[in-house]
Amino acid sequence: MVKSAYSFATKKEKIEKHIFVVWVDNEAGVLARVVGLFSGRGYNIDSLAVAEVDRSNNISRITISTSGTPRVLQQIKLQLGKLVPVHKVADFPRNRKTLLREMALLKVVSSRSHLEKAKKLCKKYKYAIIDRTEKSYVFEVSALKNEIDNLIKKLQPLGLASASRTGVVAMTKGSEIYK
Amino acid sequence: MSNLMTGAAMVFRTLEDQGVKHIFGYPGGAVLPIYDELKNHKKIKHILVRHEQGAGHAAEGYARSSGKPGVLLVTSGPGATNTVTALTDAYMDSVPIVCITGQVPTHLIGTDAFQECDTTGITRPCTKHNWLVKNIKELSLILHKAFDVATTGRPGPVLVDIPKDIQFQKGKYVRPKKIINKSTKDNIEINGKDDDIKAVATLIKKSFKPILYTGGGVINSGPAATCLLRELVSLTGFPITSTLQGLGAFPGNDPKFLGMLGMHGTYEANNAMHDCDLMINIGARFDDRITGKIDDFSPRSKKVHIDIDPSSINKNVAVDLAVIGDVKIVLGKLVSLLKQNGLDLANSNRQKIATWWNEIENWRKKNSLSFINSNKIIKPQFAVQRLYELTKAQDTFITTEVGQHQMWAAQHYKFDKPNRWMTSGGLGTMGYGLPAAIGVQVANPEKLVIDIAGEASVLMTMQEMSTAVQYELPIKIFILNNHYMGMVRQWQELLHEKNYSESYITALPDFVKLAEAYGCVGIRANKPEELDRKIEQMLSINGPVIFDCVVDKAENCYPMILSGKPHNQMLLGKEEDEISNEGKTQV
Repeated sequence: MVKSAYSFATKKEKIEKHIFVVWVDNEAGVLARVVGLFSGRGYNIDSLAVAEVDRSNNISRITISTSGTPRVLQQIKLQLGKLVPVHKVADFPRNRKTLLREMALLKVVSSRSHLEKAKKLCKKYKYAIIDRTEKSYVFEVSALKNEIDNLIKKLQPLGLASASRTGVVAMTKGSEIYK
Repeated sequence: MSNLMTGAAMVFRTLEDQGVKHIFGYPGGAVLPIYDELKNHKKIKHILVRHEQGAGHAAEGYARSSGKPGVLLVTSGPGATNTVTALTDAYMDSVPIVCITGQVPTHLIGTDAFQECDTTGITRPCTKHNWLVKNIKELSLILHKAFDVATTGRPGPVLVDIPKDIQFQKGKYVRPKKIINKSTKDNIEINGKDDDIKAVATLIKKSFKPILYTGGGVINSGPAATCLLRELVSLTGFPITSTLQGLGAFPGNDPKFLGMLGMHGTYEANNAMHDCDLMINIGARFDDRITGKIDDFSPRSKKVHIDIDPSSINKNVAVDLAVIGDVKIVLGKLVSLLKQNGLDLANSNRQKIATWWNEIENWRKKNSLSFINSNKIIKPQFAVQRLYELTKAQDTFITTEVGQHQMWAAQHYKFDKPNRWMTSGGLGTMGYGLPAAIGVQVANPEKLVIDIAGEASVLMTMQEMSTAVQYELPIKIFILNNHYMGMVRQWQELLHEKNYSESYITALPDFVKLAEAYGCVGIRANKPEELDRKIEQMLSINGPVIFDCVVDKAENCYPMILSGKPHNQMLLGKEEDEISNEGKTQV
């Protein structure tokens, strides 16, 4: 029944994945402003990575992996741009011009043979064993998000005890940078 | 060392340097040092409200009627949280206000101290920006930046939270020469690109069924924008409609003006929006109360959107051409380009769009704002019409609460100047009008200020009558009293099978006695024949008045676009078929 509902969502538009990189003043509350904008306006955050990248100018770089309709993605960019501590917002489309990486620390606790099997699986990616004991390995793996998803799935039966992931970070290829 | 001053003194020094003459506020523990300093600053007058929400709306009324930022000063905790409604209201309607809050001393922040709350956290989503000042060295810079952020770009509210120890500390006062913030920086770069302006001019030349759809952005842009808009209309001969917030930018009595559009807009305005081939949106934001069903919104038109806020573009409605910039600058460029081309548009267009005007005149014949008047009971529309007729000779400022009375005021009170109409549009805040009227009267001491109110709304902030009496602010509270939350009742009647769930107020105060209790004058009108005399009586009183206008309880506000309907399917009122022509009041 319609009753007093004034409007309904009618069109179903295609949802796209997208990455925004945001340069912000590294000040108290800035991350809350960015994250609050997303939750307040109903946008999605698939992953978020943030750290200071320029100490002298007090600038942090936030990488946000998100998804939405093209119109929502355009809104996200424009709304982010309005926040006072935001210096610039850049689109990083998921294509050949963009380098994407995520780093994961994966702890496997298991038998000798399982640990070796786990090591073999990790060899497909850029990896290192950064801690080892008789019963456990901690792997450091950097790869694409879905590669890490797959790796985790495969490590689970081999005794994956703990996984920690950074969320995706992005960089343009070649000599170009965002001004 | 004479350069040093306390944080509290710095607050006032900043206000003085910003040219602030009035602040609205309420003292409390965490702002005592600032209130202590007030006595040393005679140039700044403090208006003591009765509730912090009232201070916020008063600051809004002050800002919207004067074009200057409104300032409020409140304490921590409940003082701050009480302003949240007003801040959100100002954020939705783009009103520049600066809210200064006290905070518990810095060493107590995070300890759940008495009257502590996370003020910047709570107000983050309802301000353009806010600051918690943790270092006296930053205080004066932040305060100046706050004024800059509030007043540049798309205006809006800002908040500065100052812990009590910072108010006591001494520091050096710095007044920045020029602040380049996001809004000012962007404005320098983008103020209507020449190519875009040319493209608009081309569309104007080609159009057969044009319409100008204007909003609050025209008024926010200042008096120059209003003049240019009027010039654009006389140059092009185009019909023009306005949103609720844009009323007054174009004269309400001009034949080119089709009245307000949207949910309770006129038949001609909404049909013209639906059938046009060119829509030029100037400083409006395609709000859902304007567009109705979005898929069927103006399906055959080219849409141009002029807005200072890039995030307004394509937010609700995809447009063909966006011009980012301040309305006065964009219209300035557009008008001079149209003139420069020597198009003689007024004449050449007259031919071209004559058929379009004929269509519009046919829609106009519906008299969609008409109603059946009565000689037994006061119809609310009639009350607004009489109020208009008896006050139009003066430079009158109107505020409203939210609901049916607000829509009737928008439909039947005609404005011919900007900054004369203050209403809560985006947030729809019941209780806005009375405190806003206080702010308007403070900014315009000699002018007639009337709050057209509903009895339910006005009770939400009624306590501010006490403020009006204290400062001898002669505001007139004109209550259209129907005992119902009228708009809720209307929706329940039309859309919820007349289940009037909790929308009738059985125990209302006697508003005449209430006025007397506050120390002002109360007047009641029950019959249509006494209405004029009583309004004249109200206008003759040099002091605040509460006018209890007892109106028809069952009257609905028409026209109305119902749920999920497009602009060309309007409800004109159930009596439509039965109305004889003589029974209709022509508007």
